[in-house]
Amino acid sequence: MPKFADVNVGDELPTLDKAPDRAQLVQYCAGSGDFNPLHWDQSFEQAKQIGDNIVHGRMKWSTLGQVVSDWVGGSGWVKSVSCQYRGMDMQGAAWQAKGVVTAKREDGGRKLVDIDVWTENAAGQKTTPGKAVVVLND
Amino acid sequence: MAAEFELTDEMRAAVGVESEPWPVEITTTSVRAFARGVGYTDPKYYDLDAARAEGHDTLPAPPCYLGTPVFIPGKSDPTFSGPRNTGPSIRHGLKGLLDGGTEVVYERPLKAGDKLYMTSKISGLEVKESKGLGKMLVVTSEQTFTEQDSGDVVMRTFAQAIYY
Repeated sequence: MPKFADVNVGDELPTLDKAPDRAQLVQYCAGSGDFNPLHWDQSFEQAKQIGDNIVHGRMKWSTLGQVVSDWVGGSGWVKSVSCQYRGMDMQGAAWQAKGVVTAKREDGGRKLVDIDVWTENAAGQKTTPGKAVVVLND
Repeated sequence: MAAEFELTDEMRAAVGVESEPWPVEITTTSVRAFARGVGYTDPKYYDLDAARAEGHDTLPAPPCYLGTPVFIPGKSDPTFSGPRNTGPSIRHGLKGLLDGGTEVVYERPLKAGDKLYMTSKISGLEVKESKGLGKMLVVTSEQTFTEQDSGDVVMRTFAQAIYY
């Protein structure tokens, strides 16, 4: 549980190891409402062109939210999460979601921590780089 | 792939026009479904006792969960579940679609029991050239989520869609 006074620029958040398979993507379809067949139907034309079903970009974005949520626990809340989609990840492929503290500041009485977040594939490419801001209670 | 593509006055006229509001709900069941979909193991997104032990009065919404738009057959999109025809659309004729980026900014943490209205608007149109995809149309949009009771803004999202 991070405390504002103890957080330092450069602190790494615990890494999440992910390898969502088609069944997991179907669960994300149900949870998010995004039933694009690109993510679950192998016979869908675009999936055949790519070679397989791919992970929802927004699932990777949401996993960046999970990295931050798991780190902050009950010590605060997540104010914002953003990302850009730079590369595809195939269903079943392993990737990681990571974060590192880039700044801490106070704004309007709130204790804020800025975090760089990203997903990284097995080749070390950042397929989904982004940023998050967390509000810490104390 | 489009060799030639130009913005039309009709497309430009759609920029900035706010859609009709659409109801969006956050429930204990929808929080659990989203948390399962992402792969959360933190019990506060599933178990009311675990949530209360952390000081919540119900299940909190995980970050990046934007609530669930109320689904009405014929009015909602059968693939993406959001409302259709509540605002202007861009008739560009491009078949390819890539998600460019997403951002959510909260004014407060959301939780089960929140009842919201969502409006959306196109905030920007830009034609770009890509070596691989040719002429591309980049559509930037914003969604604003307000409390149904108070009208207070609780969340904004920003998204980029790339058509090619």
